[in-house]
Amino acid sequence: MGLDSYYSQRTLDENARPPIPVESTRSDFGHYTRENADGTQTLHLMVEGLHCAACVWLIERVLERQAGVLSARINMTTRRLVLRWDQGITDAKTLADSVTRLGYRLVPYDPEALGSADKKEERELLLCLAVAGFAASNVMLFSVSLWAGAQVEPETRALMQWYSALIVLPASAFAIRPFALPAWEGLKNRRVTMDFPITLAVVLTLGMSLYEAIAQTGETWFEAAASLLFFLLIGRYLDRRVRAKALSCAEDLTLLQSHAATVLDADGAARSVPASTVRPGDTLIVARGEKICADGIVREGTSTLDRAIVTGESLPSPVRPGEAVPSGAINLEAPLRVEVTAAGEESTLGRMAALAESAGAARNRYTRLADRAARYYAPAVHTLAALTLVFWWGWSGDFHLALTHAVAVLIVTCPCALALAVPAVQVAAASTLLRFGVLLKRPEALEKLDEIDTVVFDKTGTLTNGDFRLAGEDSSSALRAAARLAAASAHPLSRALIRAAGPVEPLAGVCEVPGQGLEAPDGARLGTAVFCGASGVEGDTELTLLHYREAAGTIHRFAFSDALRPDSARTVAAFRGAGIATALLSGDREGPVRAAALLTGIADWRAQARPEDKHDFLMEKEKAGRRILMIGDGINDAPALAAAHVSMSPGSAADLSRNAADIVLQGDRLESSFAAFRLARRAMRAARQNFAISIGYNVVAVPLAMAGLITPLWAAAFMSASSITVMLNALKLSGEKAWKSSFS
Amino acid sequence: MEILVFLIPVALLMGLGGLAAFIWALRSGQYEDLDGAARRILFEENAPDSPPKPPENG
Repeated sequence: MGLDSYYSQRTLDENARPPIPVESTRSDFGHYTRENADGTQTLHLMVEGLHCAACVWLIERVLERQAGVLSARINMTTRRLVLRWDQGITDAKTLADSVTRLGYRLVPYDPEALGSADKKEERELLLCLAVAGFAASNVMLFSVSLWAGAQVEPETRALMQWYSALIVLPASAFAIRPFALPAWEGLKNRRVTMDFPITLAVVLTLGMSLYEAIAQTGETWFEAAASLLFFLLIGRYLDRRVRAKALSCAEDLTLLQSHAATVLDADGAARSVPASTVRPGDTLIVARGEKICADGIVREGTSTLDRAIVTGESLPSPVRPGEAVPSGAINLEAPLRVEVTAAGEESTLGRMAALAESAGAARNRYTRLADRAARYYAPAVHTLAALTLVFWWGWSGDFHLALTHAVAVLIVTCPCALALAVPAVQVAAASTLLRFGVLLKRPEALEKLDEIDTVVFDKTGTLTNGDFRLAGEDSSSALRAAARLAAASAHPLSRALIRAAGPVEPLAGVCEVPGQGLEAPDGARLGTAVFCGASGVEGDTELTLLHYREAAGTIHRFAFSDALRPDSARTVAAFRGAGIATALLSGDREGPVRAAALLTGIADWRAQARPEDKHDFLMEKEKAGRRILMIGDGINDAPALAAAHVSMSPGSAADLSRNAADIVLQGDRLESSFAAFRLARRAMRAARQNFAISIGYNVVAVPLAMAGLITPLWAAAFMSASSITVMLNALKLSGEKAWKSSFS
Repeated sequence: MEILVFLIPVALLMGLGGLAAFIWALRSGQYEDLDGAARRILFEENAPDSPPKPPENG
């Protein structure tokens, strides 16, 4: 295959677990295969597991070597494969197997069903851009030579002007459509958007120049009109690219709806149905290698899952009966029976897709300001231009001069920078975050994240991975009895108890006292030492303790160990390095909390904090003027999170509505919290810069234009420069590089 | 300056040629996959027909 030199030189990471090979995929290729007119078949597939161009090379070569394949091409930007083959020689399943054997996963889809309308619009925009660019640059041939001082006779000059007209008039008629059509639509609905002044400016410039070319009384501005369109279209195109990235993220997530799932009927028969028809309560059979199409709970089967599409990490994680699984996870080892709890829009992927789409609608302080300004802007622009016209006409008596200045004012006052750029920053940052597993529940969260100066960590589940293990063997009946109580709670300690005890029948009528424990109807209690009436003879152990008091009064103690996340210390150090104060608040005993604080380097820590204590701690600090980011358990610790300026919680999109935090971190990396903070800082800085650039430019340029000091051409140049600068500033925030560089 | 009567149309024709080339490139889908185009130049076209070496697994 030509990879010999690669294999002889690569090294393997011994600490990484070897990936589990996937045998065969169960996918309904037949449904999506299309017949072509010449007897060949075509299939569109989404490819998962691509890491770099070498993967693309490998897949394309392997496919091309199969008999009967006519073309196999992967689009590296969208990660989609288009396959064409001769029907008589091979079929979809054979070809797909050759790829899945290598470890990649293929999901067929219907290309018609996905945003092809947007693609067309983007192409149209690019076409208008090309035409405007052609017109502008060719007409510049004439203008530049004239400015450079070429001495030409009036006839030659007239000839050049007519050539310019000939090129620019049709080109402008074509390239102005992205502005003129919305402006016309707006007018019909009695609304004046920013497209209107732009259209007006271009039309007036062209009209004026045409008059000059005929009457030969002054300068023509054909190149100004063409350049204006060219630069404005660049700005608009860049804006689309930023939004398109966010949308394709959402598309990839909703692709899941387009393939087949196996549902178990009431009478035990397995049916293959489209994934979009699955409902809560259905039982799915998920085979090895198949993607789970809805959120659910495992009822039968033990396997490992690849949750990469949700958390961004692909290390397999084990699942057992009773555990929840998110939609989009891939079943790696053994068949599972899953009872559906949420499907379609309600599922993990559905919610993530909705968040991705709404990333564009996010409003921060600057966008809101810009929106309000926009309402006054259009009338203001027209008023200023009209004033300029009237003043100069009255002052000099020369209508042509007055019109030139008025047009310059129209062009220069275009607030495209203001309108385009601040939302673009928001969209870029929010979609980058989404792609890497950080979900913004509230759009203002980004702005608030930028304002913090203190971060308060919870211990269990935040600094530690919440994976409690029972220390020491215990198979006593007390353990099982305690587990029956624990079955009523979602607390990590309860779940660890159940894991240690094995499957037990939950007790009915258990009530939970938040922060303290659980009480059974017969008086048995499970929880803190105080709650169970145990005296404080516990020693200063670093283990977390759970006490169980039987109805009869005997007290048992269960000790759990809970490891710190590998990146906790790093995260705390990173925040400190950025000048943010750190603190640790935990409901756990002093021993484990002190150990955690020591290991992560946090000096300010409190143990035994009940929910009210946490709340008070935060309120105190907030009153003292600090802005706090609280990272804690969004499901069990809501009041504490609400008291902070902004809150984050490790969690998943499945629990999005239950999670009280402003930002949800998916996956196991606590470091993402720091990266999100850094990205928020950079995003807000970019928004401020853009705002300053747009306002500053208008403040300087408008008076100059009104004073008649700027020609329409320079007006076009200035306006475009501000617009493009501001777009490029926003683009810096999107993409993998922006995310990776936020970690340091 | 009579030469201009000849030169200007020539320049315009060249410009139009450029535009036509761009439109052709756009229509034939060359802008669909910009990341891919950047990396495909590094792909080996005809890999040597040596027997595939099985990967050493760790």
